[in-house]
Amino acid sequence: MKLITHNMLTSKCMKGVTVGYPLKIQAVDVKTSEVDFNPEFISRLIPKVDWNVLCEAAESVGFLDDLPRELIENYENDVDFLKKAHRVLLEVDIINGELVCPETGRKFPINNGIPNMLLNEDEV
Amino acid sequence: MSRPEHLAPPEIFYNEDEAKKYTQNSRIIDIQVQMSERAIELLLLPEDTPCFLLDIGCGSGLSGSVLEDQGHYWTGLDISKAMLDVAQEREVEGDLLLSDMGQGCPFRAGTFDGAISISALQWLCNADKTSHKPVQRLYKFFSSLYACMSRSARAVFQFYPENGDQMELVTTQAMKAGFYGGMVIDYPHSTKAKKIFLVLMTGGCVVHNYP
Ligand SMILES: C[S@@+](CC[C@H](N)C(=O)[O-])C[C@H]1O[C@@H](n2cnc3c(N)ncnc32)[C@H](O)[C@@H]1O
Repeated sequence: MKLITHNMLTSKCMKGVTVGYPLKIQAVDVKTSEVDFNPEFISRLIPKVDWNVLCEAAESVGFLDDLPRELIENYENDVDFLKKAHRVLLEVDIINGELVCPETGRKFPINNGIPNMLLNEDEV
Repeated sequence: MSRPEHLAPPEIFYNEDEAKKYTQNSRIIDIQVQMSERAIELLLLPEDTPCFLLDIGCGSGLSGSVLEDQGHYWTGLDISKAMLDVAQEREVEGDLLLSDMGQGCPFRAGTFDGAISISALQWLCNADKTSHKPVQRLYKFFSSLYACMSRSARAVFQFYPENGDQMELVTTQAMKAGFYGGMVIDYPHSTKAKKIFLVLMTGGCVVHNYP
């Protein structure tokens, strides 16, 4: 699971959960893999990203590096900044671990890079 | 030939053997790729713009690979672990989630610029467990999908409805969830080549005036 997905993912489909965001990450295995850099895509994506959540997620898995905690102005024109955002959003990959619902504590396992969001019958 | 949806629930039907076909059988691959290309065309995305898309029932990632080839980024969800494992082996670029669309799309509001779904939606018309109510599952799916798409985005579903009632069932729940749109039928007069696409729009700031 990449952090772009984590930034969008919620547990709100569960019965009784209202926001279900952000999910807490308990990572066991994290790797990075190179993804082609597309500045236009990253610029278009940033307005949808919850920047605080991204920084906290990156920090919790040890990959915050020098990503600024505040979104800078005119980021579309700052290739250096976009590259840092690209790395954290698309290249950091959580292979094994758990996601935890902030409201119920329900754990969603991540195996082989794939979070299991399936709910039990009594949770829907 | 009996329909796969009548044989077993999807997470059972799409086991490792079935999943392998989706990487090895060139006829299956060709058909899935062609339908994906048509679905993307129907999305009417802004030209030359990399978009963030959702692939519903992404399976082994054949449809997702077409999204990648066209320069887009995607997240896929599927209920079959075997299919997702094959997608992972194929090293698709999209990020994958094990998830049942009938339980809803688990994303924040406004996440995706569009969504495609190739050969998956007919599965939702079936009740695989006694607790499954197709109408409710379809409504939950469409309403949560509506919420996680950006304004004036489209969702295109190629699917195999069993009959007219199923087309009606699906469309009614989609409209109830807030979408507007309808069916596009390619090659309507050929039983073999005929392909059915449900094209849905969120509408953005357009005034909604359907009943
Ligand atoms: C015919 S395959 C197509 C896969 C892929 N879209 C392609 O074109 O190659 C249908 C897929 O829908 C998935 N599916 C069926 N019911 C589902 C559900 N309730 N939620 C998520 N995925 C589902 C199946 O697991 C299967 O992978």
